[in-house]
Amino acid sequence: MVLTSYINKEIDFNEENKELLEEIISLGLSLGADFVEIFLENTDNISVLVEEDFITNVSPSFGKGAGIRIFKDKRDGFVSTNDLSKKGLINSITQAIEMLDINSTTIKRFEGLEDIRNYSIDKCSWLDAIPTVNEIGEKLLSSTKFLKKEEKVNVRKGSYSRNWQKVIIASSDGTFAKDIRLHQTVGLNVIALDKQYRSSGSRRFGSSDSPDEFKNWNHEAAANEVLDSSMNMLYADYVDACQKPVVLANKFGGVIFHEACGHLLETTQIERGTTPFANKLNKKIAHEAVTAVDEGISSGSFGSLSVDDEGMEPEKSILIKDGILKKFISDRAGEMRTGHKRTGSGRRQNYSFAAASRMRNTFIAKGNYSKDELISSISDGLYCKSMGGGSVGATGQFNFAVEEGYLIKNGKLTKPVKGATLIGEATEVMPKISMCGNDLELAPGFCGSISGSVNVTVGQPHIKVDSITIGGR
Amino acid sequence: MDLKEISNFITISAETLNIKKWDFGASFSNDFSVQVDKGIAKQLKASQKQVLTLRVWNNENLVGITTTSDLSENGLKKALYQANLASDYGNKNELTDFSPLAKDPIKKIKEFKRSPAGIKKLLETLRIAENELLNKHSAIKTIPYNGLSESFFKRIYANSDGAQRSYEKSQAAIYLYARAEENNRKPRSSGSVKIGYGLEDIDINSCIEEAAEKTISHLNYKAIETGKYKICFSPESFLTLINAFSSMFNARSIIDGVSISNKDSIGDMIANPLLNIFDDGLHEKNISSAPFDGEGTPTQKLCLINNGKLENFIHSESTARIFKTKPTGHAGLGSKVSVSTDWLVVERSENLSKHNYLNHKDYLGEYIYIEELNAIHAGVKASQGSFSLPFDGWFYKGGKRISIEAATVAGDLKILLKDIINIEKKQYLTTSGISPHIWVKELSITGDA
Repeated sequence: MVLTSYINKEIDFNEENKELLEEIISLGLSLGADFVEIFLENTDNISVLVEEDFITNVSPSFGKGAGIRIFKDKRDGFVSTNDLSKKGLINSITQAIEMLDINSTTIKRFEGLEDIRNYSIDKCSWLDAIPTVNEIGEKLLSSTKFLKKEEKVNVRKGSYSRNWQKVIIASSDGTFAKDIRLHQTVGLNVIALDKQYRSSGSRRFGSSDSPDEFKNWNHEAAANEVLDSSMNMLYADYVDACQKPVVLANKFGGVIFHEACGHLLETTQIERGTTPFANKLNKKIAHEAVTAVDEGISSGSFGSLSVDDEGMEPEKSILIKDGILKKFISDRAGEMRTGHKRTGSGRRQNYSFAAASRMRNTFIAKGNYSKDELISSISDGLYCKSMGGGSVGATGQFNFAVEEGYLIKNGKLTKPVKGATLIGEATEVMPKISMCGNDLELAPGFCGSISGSVNVTVGQPHIKVDSITIGGR
Repeated sequence: MDLKEISNFITISAETLNIKKWDFGASFSNDFSVQVDKGIAKQLKASQKQVLTLRVWNNENLVGITTTSDLSENGLKKALYQANLASDYGNKNELTDFSPLAKDPIKKIKEFKRSPAGIKKLLETLRIAENELLNKHSAIKTIPYNGLSESFFKRIYANSDGAQRSYEKSQAAIYLYARAEENNRKPRSSGSVKIGYGLEDIDINSCIEEAAEKTISHLNYKAIETGKYKICFSPESFLTLINAFSSMFNARSIIDGVSISNKDSIGDMIANPLLNIFDDGLHEKNISSAPFDGEGTPTQKLCLINNGKLENFIHSESTARIFKTKPTGHAGLGSKVSVSTDWLVVERSENLSKHNYLNHKDYLGEYIYIEELNAIHAGVKASQGSFSLPFDGWFYKGGKRISIEAATVAGDLKILLKDIINIEKKQYLTTSGISPHIWVKELSITGDA
């Protein structure tokens, strides 16, 4: 039994809380844990919705919580709570110990927490620097007004979301870090209508750690992009089901690589035995035209981090180099269970999830071709200008909706088509990416997986896939 | 704090901010879950969560809202303050009020609250289940997705007009998704989910049997030709499809212009007259039943489609006022209140008995049986009525079946509902509702052959 002081302190997010955290970590180790990690979170969020010409919803939210994780051998127990009092944290770590049924006499040595790595020093004024609700409302209203210029547009929406998160991470290897994260997203959605014809268009824009980004957002250009997309697709015919070459557009086209291949390179997939790439390190898994990267360091990118949710600074990981698999995306548990070194990719939605190996900014690197060269190389195919959502099954099969597609005939873009779905398997499609364009761009998004929904960017230049199954009517 | 303490504290604090009208909904939960990997505990989780959503009305009767997990006195004061600020941006074009039914009696449902089994018991049970499933067939190499959980929660609603409601419940769930692989063949994966009020109520053996049967039966597969096929939807897959398009019943979606229905659609023949659909959140088989919605409106059974005719929409307080009707017990809690279905019950109309042909157990013709639809979030355009979805299923011919390697089914819901050619008599219980097998004249299938 370890004596703890009876003063019931509570976590104060304006302080380091070093003494209290060391006490909790010591308690966990004294009860037999091999490793203890505490993740503390304080949030302040708001969302604003504008429909047609009115603000229809303003929803603030705030909260705090703790996620405590302990490891014993390769097992881990995770407890989350809203009770940040000392008593609450002791209860949580005791519960984690009991869950793992630890009955160990060997006590791991704890040297105490290192000096705090405070990544939040220059970020403390962010909450004051972000736009006010008035400023947000005005810009969104201006955006939806702009969408009005096309009379067939029946539904106009603009939305804004701000997530501010202060975190403190402390663990028994001495890791001690503090950070503030800021993510802002804005989305525009339209539905166009003409008799029996309907189409929709949507775009999302996002930034991380840039309080002024929303103010600088070019809402007119964004509105034009959404309008063009929905109007082009309004009278489109359904695509015929077939197998053809496709050109996938840059930016959000990278969602296919993210879903179909990126997830299979996370160590959680190796642990589960659900990736076909587990034993392919330094082997060819893609066409030699393909180099792919996952990194968390690009300034302002939606998936960038100063420090991951396990207290490690993110690195740039070359996942695939000229078609050869070079690295997996790994977190602490992944390193422990699979042997792949951590990459600063331990991420979670919030305190109620244990961190897991997750992508950050993931993209296919640029090649040497222009978009026109890719399209002109195809006599009969499909150009996927804008991708919708998709998913990957437990056996690696993926399925993605094409939001905006155009037939390619004799090297030229022809009529728009709707209802297309791209179907395939990463192991079959990766070797068929034969040409990469020179126009790499990234796009923000949210990725849902084992540790919840996290901010990411996807990206690629225009790429050509020699053949893929296209679902249609 | 309990319901009365929170209500009292908010009453006193609201007065200091000159807030006269408010309501709140809160939930408190304790959750426990385990996962295993070949007998070894992988991750054991416990969580204690509380969340409160508070609405206040300002002097212009505009609503502001705040959500928080900080239920300390300071947290509640801050929530009131923030909600009050947010009310400056309340929607003047669509006022929200208390539900007129928030104080109506709620249907007494037995409070199914089991005692916690505890992490050790959960772990032991899941280990055994995983082992039994692994031993069902040599091709089953792993159970990559598995979990056993139990949850204990309390939900409350109260408003400044004196409405106070609460209920407590427990729920447990197991899922087992197996991955099977044979030499030179693609891996196949399938699984099963079972839920109950507590661990003792879950039929774990049937979960194991179902996961094994589904996974193994798909080992022998074949690609199919792209084309149009007669379709039989399993109860699960039909409910998945209807839930994905539930905006057609949703008054909120209709007002927002994102539904395939419109304000005048009630009374329209939208489906084959064989089809009846009810929303019945209080159905005795619905483990997740709740006696009231986010606005405190009592949950009720509502007929959505009657003999093929669109009969009712689901409503919150504000949408009901716009449609000049009553809220139906399907609301969330917000300044813009969301609306959603509870638990769908699909049945064959009793009035029509002449369509008795086509039964999935004895039909000898050629058709595709859709067992499970996937990637719903990506392949459904609810505002347009179209869908293109991957599925797990079977190709039937002459009474023999073969698993389909990989394929998608595409169509338009409006056409599909009218193209229903039979609804079998027998209903099956699923985790998301009750439905019989549903036959459709034809749909487009994209295969890999």
